[in-house]
Amino acid sequence: MKVGVVTFPGSNCDYDAYAAVRFILQEDVEFLWHKSQDLLGCDLVVLPGGFSYGDYLRGGAIARFSPIMESVVRFAASGGLVMGICNGFQVLTECGLLPGALMRNSHLRFSCKYVNLRVENAATRFTSVCREGDILRIPIAHGEGNYYFHDRDVQRLEDESRVVFRYVTADGEATESANPNGSLNNIAGIVNAEGNVLGMMPHPERAMEEILGSADGLRVFESVRAAYQTTAGV
Amino acid sequence: MANKTKAVVHVRLKEGVLDPQGVTIHKALLQMGYPEFTSVRSGRFFELEIDSESGSADARIEEVCRKLLANPVIETFTVEKPE
Repeated sequence: MKVGVVTFPGSNCDYDAYAAVRFILQEDVEFLWHKSQDLLGCDLVVLPGGFSYGDYLRGGAIARFSPIMESVVRFAASGGLVMGICNGFQVLTECGLLPGALMRNSHLRFSCKYVNLRVENAATRFTSVCREGDILRIPIAHGEGNYYFHDRDVQRLEDESRVVFRYVTADGEATESANPNGSLNNIAGIVNAEGNVLGMMPHPERAMEEILGSADGLRVFESVRAAYQTTAGV
Repeated sequence: MANKTKAVVHVRLKEGVLDPQGVTIHKALLQMGYPEFTSVRSGRFFELEIDSESGSADARIEEVCRKLLANPVIETFTVEKPE
């Protein structure tokens, strides 16, 4: 599997994602420059965390007009695997590949800590090595992660099992106190209708090794690799 | 020479969308001793200068508001053109 990590001006988790894939997952990985339109034949595109364009206007609002994003949108439309982490999730909602919006955290503070995520749907291409109800310990680091969508449309997401991760307590309860940013229904990650585009606020690429706190993020990357191998018949 | 048009765009959160910034500012006002202020909603505004006649600029202004300045999922916008 070949993974492409997009670098926007202001991305700051691109090297984390690169290292996660290259040294832990041990797959091919390339950086993709925002001004290029060439995805270099990658099988998975990662839009990393950070503060693209200084988060001016709204998180991800300017990055979505980068030349590389035209290619990413086409790639996604043809079924390519795309994963947006944190600022990458914001870019995906801004460009319309994922529904809803990520607003300012309800408490207005930047929040940087480990959270517990419950796997709500283990049948996606990003969670296939997990079981439904598994709890992943993965860090967040954001000021605008408050997932919002109109009530009716959120219900549709829920009905279609497109909420992939939810913020929960260590016991797996989706309580208000387990919600770090005010997200509707404690939503931490969603997929598109076709299931090939994931957006999540927490950082799986920062949870790849026990020695650094948690290896639960690795399961997200292992799931994508399994999905790729199934599709490619490897 | 092309005429210049100026426009002021106000972007605000849709009604019903929680505005944590507005809520926090409102709480501060109450603490400061201004109980008669019953609500605060925040937003942002942009001053645009366009190299075209006023009439023909309208559609383009509307377009950039929809595409970039506002996020239609959560925000609305108004355009004013000062004389």
